[in-house]
Amino acid sequence: MENRRIKLIIGLLVVIGIYLCRLFYIQVLDDKYERGADKNSKVYNTIYPTRGIIYDRNGKILVGNKVSYNLMITPSEIKEEFDTTALAAVLDITPDFIKEKMDEYAKKRRSIGFRTITFLKQIPQENYIKFAEIAYRFPGFTGQIRSIRDYPYNAGGNLLGYVSEVDEKYIEKHPDEYKAGDYAGKTGIEAAREKDLRGEKGYNILLRNSKNQIEGHYADGMFDKEAIPGNNITTTIDAELQHYGQMLMNNKVGSLVAIEPSTGEILTMVSSPGIDVDILTDIGKHYGNIVSDPYKPMYNRAVQAPYPPGSVFKIVNGLIGLQEGVFTPQTRYECKNGYHFGKNRLGCHSHKSPVDFEESIMMSCNAYYCYVLRGILENPRYGSIDEATNRWREYVMSFGFGQELGSDFPAEARGFIPNADYYNKYYRKGGWKATTVISISIGQGEILCTPLHLANFSATLANRGYYYTPHIIKDSENIKIDDKYKERHYTMVDTTHFHKVIGGMYLAVNSPPGAGGTASMAAVAGLDICGKTGTAQNPHGNDHSVFICFAPKDNPKIAVAAYVENAGWGGSWAAPIASLLTEMYLNGEISPERKYMEKRMLESNLLHKITIKKK
Amino acid sequence: MGYLGGGNERGLLKTIDWSLVICYLILVLIGWVNIYASIQSTEISSIFDWGARSGKQFIWILTSLVLAGVILFAISPRIYDGLSIPAYILTICLLLAVIFLGIEVKGSRSWFEFGPIRFQPAEISKIATSLLLARMMSRSDYRITRMKDFIKTAFVILLPMLIIVAQSETGSALVYVGFIFMLYREGLSGWLLAIIGLIIVAFILTLITSTYTAIFVMTALITIAISLSSKHRYILFIAIPVLFLLGFLPEIYSKISENIDNPESFILKIKPLYILIGAICIAIPFILMKAFRERNKFAPFAIITLIGAVVLIYSTDFIFNNVLQDHQRKRIEVLLGIKDDPMGVGYNVNQAMIAIGSGGFSGKGFLNGTQTTYGFVPEQSTDFIFCTIGEEWGFLGCLVVLGLYVFLIWRITSDAEKSREAFTRIYGYCVACCLSMHLFINIGMTLGLMPVIGIPLPLISYGGSSLWGFTILIFIFISLYRNEKKYF
Repeated sequence: MENRRIKLIIGLLVVIGIYLCRLFYIQVLDDKYERGADKNSKVYNTIYPTRGIIYDRNGKILVGNKVSYNLMITPSEIKEEFDTTALAAVLDITPDFIKEKMDEYAKKRRSIGFRTITFLKQIPQENYIKFAEIAYRFPGFTGQIRSIRDYPYNAGGNLLGYVSEVDEKYIEKHPDEYKAGDYAGKTGIEAAREKDLRGEKGYNILLRNSKNQIEGHYADGMFDKEAIPGNNITTTIDAELQHYGQMLMNNKVGSLVAIEPSTGEILTMVSSPGIDVDILTDIGKHYGNIVSDPYKPMYNRAVQAPYPPGSVFKIVNGLIGLQEGVFTPQTRYECKNGYHFGKNRLGCHSHKSPVDFEESIMMSCNAYYCYVLRGILENPRYGSIDEATNRWREYVMSFGFGQELGSDFPAEARGFIPNADYYNKYYRKGGWKATTVISISIGQGEILCTPLHLANFSATLANRGYYYTPHIIKDSENIKIDDKYKERHYTMVDTTHFHKVIGGMYLAVNSPPGAGGTASMAAVAGLDICGKTGTAQNPHGNDHSVFICFAPKDNPKIAVAAYVENAGWGGSWAAPIASLLTEMYLNGEISPERKYMEKRMLESNLLHKITIKKK
Repeated sequence: MGYLGGGNERGLLKTIDWSLVICYLILVLIGWVNIYASIQSTEISSIFDWGARSGKQFIWILTSLVLAGVILFAISPRIYDGLSIPAYILTICLLLAVIFLGIEVKGSRSWFEFGPIRFQPAEISKIATSLLLARMMSRSDYRITRMKDFIKTAFVILLPMLIIVAQSETGSALVYVGFIFMLYREGLSGWLLAIIGLIIVAFILTLITSTYTAIFVMTALITIAISLSSKHRYILFIAIPVLFLLGFLPEIYSKISENIDNPESFILKIKPLYILIGAICIAIPFILMKAFRERNKFAPFAIITLIGAVVLIYSTDFIFNNVLQDHQRKRIEVLLGIKDDPMGVGYNVNQAMIAIGSGGFSGKGFLNGTQTTYGFVPEQSTDFIFCTIGEEWGFLGCLVVLGLYVFLIWRITSDAEKSREAFTRIYGYCVACCLSMHLFINIGMTLGLMPVIGIPLPLISYGGSSLWGFTILIFIFISLYRNEKKYF
């Protein structure tokens, strides 16, 4: 029977052998269990960094931080009934809300497990203090303090953009960078400079027991990491001016952009209607309203809306004509209430005739530029109209039109400048001539540009022939801007040709009453504003009111473009608005004799003129 | 006391099997230290702190040592033969009484409570049953192959077992199944052992894994057995690769079905189970033909066993899922530990495996385990004490503990074989069987290889009843063995 004992012992050894193999597998070979243990007992307590502050050009805070209180809940720790009425009372919520939440947690019990999740966000400070006093009565509830965005000025809602909690899609797009509960900039500067602003998260590694109670620091905090606050950003925006611009554009649809010509820095960039900074902090709550708003407040018209430039564009054609030598500033053309070709006519308003170049700008004569454009496109120097048209386009593009300017603002629209191919496709090759496309002479037709293009053009004129790429982030200690923003971009037109244009622009604003200047509304004593109106026809309704200007004439400090949708004559809306902005920037106040105009601009509501496109 | 210090006896201390005593002491010490380590507290109190479990275990250890001393030095080993019948009757009475008078602990009525002390009669019934079996089977006219004797033996084992099942202490009852190893040693047919073993394996596999796995394991075991019994063992060269393939079939199947988009595809309709059963059906006629030619009586017998096993697996599955009422099913699930926790199936086992698995090769070090000290493992000082060892001492620690148990069991059976008295030998095997069953079930449970059945790890788990029970069980054997050595 000794034999049977050996069999039994072998059986025992086989079982123990299997157990040892199993042990070796789970302990040494498979690290799944080790990770499981870390998941059980280690809590990474995230320390959120404070987000970088956004300053305006004068050191005023555009976006700061303030403390927000969230109420967190660990459903697994809530074992017994608690006084829902008392909790609801201090938090200003209804007991039903609490009941709903509790039911939801009960349903999701499995997936929540021992985790702590947000119960209520952004509780007012006084409610939070009230809660803290009686917190001991509500085990399982804990407070969490986080910093959220604060906006001292109501300036630049669209520009600044908003910060909100990341969603699943966002996390997927940025793997390893974001986790649920993190915040990230979603639009505007907040999005464009997210990497600078966000800082670096830190963490404490804590050990917890099976009841989710914290037992202490893991390895005495040796592996903890401090949070690194985000970098502060200085913008080129002038907070006061931005605010004033927004007031002027209130209840109007359009855009108002101001640039410092000597640097390309954007002083003001208004897109109206815009997003009020008050709702930026809690955009989620208002998101539905914003999206369904027919005036599309999220749409940043200043850089994204392609508009026809209208008469403002005459200056471009004039400069090209001078450079190409198809006419001289002294050349006079006749205007018989417009330009007649064959049986057709491109109309003009009544003014004296004939006019020279300076007068054509001052009075915004349409016929003059039909002659100029024909001169350019029928220039015998070029073999064909195709070649001449493409040459013309090169000139136009050298002013920044028809392309993304390359500003540091995301999602710029390119606008559109047609070339010969475009017309060949549209009319077939040889099926078109200068008179076919004559409307581009006055900035209509196929030409499209954004208000930023126009402001940049205005700055180019102010600089007599070059521009700096417009930008919104200022060079500062923390943030060095790209060298491309310090480069001059010259147009293909010689600088010597610009003084004639500027003379015309000066007269358009400052000529005596009755002389026919189109922008006399924009005149401010002592500021020497130079400007050009535009009245852009468009297929959506009333004409758009357009105006570009810069001041003072010599050594300009500010270049402005104003674009007011469906407002009508350029001189009646865009010109006063742009000039008020200019006056405010240069003088710091509005002169008494212009107060009536300021009042009218601030109070007028032109929203009824907008035709809302139905989807 | 009159039995002590006889003139012609060999030295008292020389006759004791010290290796068993030392092994016992080491295991008890390991248990004590690990109970201390598994106390969930941030403030580290003294290991002797009476308020904590380690302090209480210290008391149990001291009293156990006193008990051991009494058994070795104060009680004559000769009384056990006569004591066995009254002891057995007494424990049966206690087992019955506890159902009515005991307190309820975790759904089972198996504990008496006297003030601060709790006591589980099931722990001593193992000793009494072992003693009675030793007495009965050591009679000179006992033949296990005789039906009358076999039924008598089965009755002695099954009576306490069934009462314990009635107490809802399935774990303790399962330990009695272990006596079959002793019966085998005493001449029970090996086939009976094999068939009972197979039934248990099939039953457990069906409940804790899938039908496929259960049938596959059965098939594999029986195929190998038939091949070994045949004169032509080269069959193994065909059988093993086929079995190997079948073993990985579900894996291969899931890989293939992942890559097939068409849900109507023919391949998806062939379940691995059909292939397995098809293979069995094809193999059976061949094997029967060969067996007929070889006049191998084992093969047909084995095939009948296999068919029986498949029927058992299906009926277990079917009865469990379709015939049983919901509450009955739940009760069985709780009994087998499949679903006794609110956190979901297998939560306890998963936590236990996380604790053990995170220990690595050499462990996290004494008192440095996070899973056990922070209470992630359920019952961590009693039934799941092995987790603490696994987490803090790693694979090496587990190896040492398992090694000690193997040594203990090996040494007991070795001493039992050397014994000239049938009583000592049979009792020794009973002890070895109890220890082995506890070891298999407890450690198998923490490793996810056995259903969760709450029984203690001998000598290591926290608890007075259990420690006292095993101390008495082992030291009676040491005493019996020593008594023989005294005179030779």
